[in-house]
Amino acid sequence: MVELTLPKNSRMTVGKTWPKPEGATNIRAFKVYRWSPDDGKNPSLDTYFLDMDKCGPMVLDALVKIKSEVDPTLTFRRSCREGICGSCAMNVDGINTLACIYGLDEIKGDVKIYPLPHMEVIKDLIPDLTHFYAQHASIMPWLETKTDKPATEWRQSIEDRKKLDGLYECVMCACCSTSCPSYWWNGDRYLGPAALLHAYRWIIDSRDEATGERLDELDDPFKLYRCHTIMNCAKTCPKGLNPAKAIAEIKKKMVERTS
Amino acid sequence: MNYKTDEAHVSGLASARKGASHWLGERLKSVALIPLTVIFIFIVAPLIGADHSTVVGALQSPAKGFALIIFFLVTFKHLEEGLQVVIEDYVHSRGRVLALIKLNKLFCWTFGLVAIFAIAKITFAT
Repeated sequence: MVELTLPKNSRMTVGKTWPKPEGATNIRAFKVYRWSPDDGKNPSLDTYFLDMDKCGPMVLDALVKIKSEVDPTLTFRRSCREGICGSCAMNVDGINTLACIYGLDEIKGDVKIYPLPHMEVIKDLIPDLTHFYAQHASIMPWLETKTDKPATEWRQSIEDRKKLDGLYECVMCACCSTSCPSYWWNGDRYLGPAALLHAYRWIIDSRDEATGERLDELDDPFKLYRCHTIMNCAKTCPKGLNPAKAIAEIKKKMVERTS
Repeated sequence: MNYKTDEAHVSGLASARKGASHWLGERLKSVALIPLTVIFIFIVAPLIGADHSTVVGALQSPAKGFALIIFFLVTFKHLEEGLQVVIEDYVHSRGRVLALIKLNKLFCWTFGLVAIFAIAKITFAT
């Protein structure tokens, strides 16, 4: 059955409270999820204090500052620091988002940072995305063609290219899929909003020649139809995309071909 | 130890190729139930508190009987499809899911057929 409580080994404990920076007047508290696979302990919530007069404006700036100046063992993914790589996806103040483009001024009170929900944790703020990536690979995220002409680039009209807007911008950060209750409960079989948004990106591509096969593969009670339009995906997407709409468009295509 | 690759886990038993019909059927029935429920209320509401012979007399109209039969048919089929989705959502053991889906079918069809039989008997056999 659906788990309504956390498993025993996932229950949070109170963690370490780190010292406040000396001489600082503008101090802010950061409560950060910590878990290590090496010590056999339950996850804890460590409290760090930063001098905000010496910290950048984004959540990622604060995490980098903690790692550089307070606790080098704090572990998280980050790369581009401008919302294009999708690495620093985490749950900040109850919302799945990219730490690099989420401003600290958008949060009231203490800053609470957890890993993406309902995923296996590798360490601290790093979730295991292996299954998520395999699901993405399963929707054939590439242009599938059967004819070999033209031998050069395949052209698209401006109108057809516009159909990809709102789809191609997805950076696969997993914020949407891990905010979706259907994905929490049936993530082993339900592809989730991110993979389905990508599926639609290739279904709608005027150059693709495998639209029918793509729809065949999605015509399944679990792969596609676990989406119950809860809309958390659209609410949380840090890129402002709407995976729920893409899923609805796939469902419309499914109906279109049966009627 | 499970040596299955994650790609193999994701592909699983591949697509069932029948999700669309269930999804569409559920939605069409929910739309159909809007007028059918209104008709049901119009037929049944005046009979609240009435005695047995009044109810039987009122339901002997073929139009009313037919409308109620359609209402019960669509309601119980919709109930069956909706409960199946709930079971698939919340129950995670594959064996239990299959067993509960069969039980759900049995439950909905039994109650649906009893209701339809009762209306048909009143309307057409009395």
